[in-house]
Amino acid sequence: MSVKTLTINNIPVAAEQGKTILEAAKESGIHIPTLCYLEGVSPAAACRVCLVEIEGSNKLQPACVTQVAEGMVIYTDTPKLQQYRRMDIELLFAEGNHVCAVCVANGNCELQDLAVEVGMDHSRFPYRFPDRSVDVSHPQFGIDHNRCILCTRCVRVCDEIEGAHVWDVANRGENCYIVSGLHQPWGEVDACTSCGKCVDACPTGSIFRKGTTTDEKSRDRAKLEFLVNAREKHEWTR
Amino acid sequence: MNKIKFATVWLAGCSGCHMSFLDMDEWLIELAKYVDIVYSPVGSDLKEYPENVDVCLVEGGVANQDNLELIHQVRKRTKILISFGDCAVTANVPGMRNMLGGSEPVLKRAYLELGDVTPQLPNEPGIVPELLDRVLPVHEVVPVDIFMPGCPPSSDRIKAAIKPLLKGDRPTMEGRDMIKFG
Repeated sequence: MSVKTLTINNIPVAAEQGKTILEAAKESGIHIPTLCYLEGVSPAAACRVCLVEIEGSNKLQPACVTQVAEGMVIYTDTPKLQQYRRMDIELLFAEGNHVCAVCVANGNCELQDLAVEVGMDHSRFPYRFPDRSVDVSHPQFGIDHNRCILCTRCVRVCDEIEGAHVWDVANRGENCYIVSGLHQPWGEVDACTSCGKCVDACPTGSIFRKGTTTDEKSRDRAKLEFLVNAREKHEWTR
Repeated sequence: MNKIKFATVWLAGCSGCHMSFLDMDEWLIELAKYVDIVYSPVGSDLKEYPENVDVCLVEGGVANQDNLELIHQVRKRTKILISFGDCAVTANVPGMRNMLGGSEPVLKRAYLELGDVTPQLPNEPGIVPELLDRVLPVHEVVPVDIFMPGCPPSSDRIKAAIKPLLKGDRPTMEGRDMIKFG
């Protein structure tokens, strides 16, 4: 197995061929903020939060899907990237209806945490206030599309870990939304095993357990990692 | 030493930010050494927003004609305007009516569809201010100098934001303690 040598923020890094910049950075203790990335399932590069600068390329590249190459010179936290990341988070807030004060995930939300991390004290983009729906037809869970950032984590955990593929992405652009089954109410989708992995994977308060109210959402994120480890490394205990 | 002319205004919000302001308790006595409260729903009985205000905390979004006129007056007469709390910064809960698309469906929903007895739309020109089509964050109407998110911002956050202003400095609005929404 060949090893690639590169630098991240002027720190020399060695990483196995085929690793992504995000994995290489993580192994070297360099923090790159992420949002749609979820350990154990395939990367989607949907949120653009992990964009990095690579010397010699005039395009910013998502660290979660860009593989390391010999001699790469990578920067993860330049003023340009800081500026784009803040814009990215502001756009996510402006696109949906994110009312932290009345959200189940208030205080336990990756979007909210990122807003703090990128220094967003307000959105410079006008809020869209789109008309979106809430589906509480499932006996145990609900999905509030107002809070959805289309990270597709639910789609990926359901397909790749549970193997049920209840979720998918419907439509394009501003009409894009997470669809259940064959565009059915969630509660009528026979494929759903009610395993709750989508609840654990959801970074915001979009998918939640019924009966959870403001500030009360908790996740068992370690469960997803455990299942992946059990499958791939045959580690059967937590 | 000239005291700082300090004001607070209450637009479309629940007054929770003002309650949190009062929650600074005994520090309010300390604050009174440095500032004159020249206009505030919780600290003054003046009805007209005065000239030459140094610092003003604005709670709430801009939801009606009254809010709109007041915020323009506040901006014109104030040196440092602070968006005070999530409603001022994002429109927050009052802004949730924006999803219905315009003031008419909102009024119809509230006063006709949900009106138990004698459903009718409120109409008292000059007394009941007209709703704007959308509730707006303050910075979408006038320029804002400092943003203080929070629903409500804790009294510690308010204190940390005001304290530097008393010495002529600007607060650093960074980190979870200062800018977390909700």
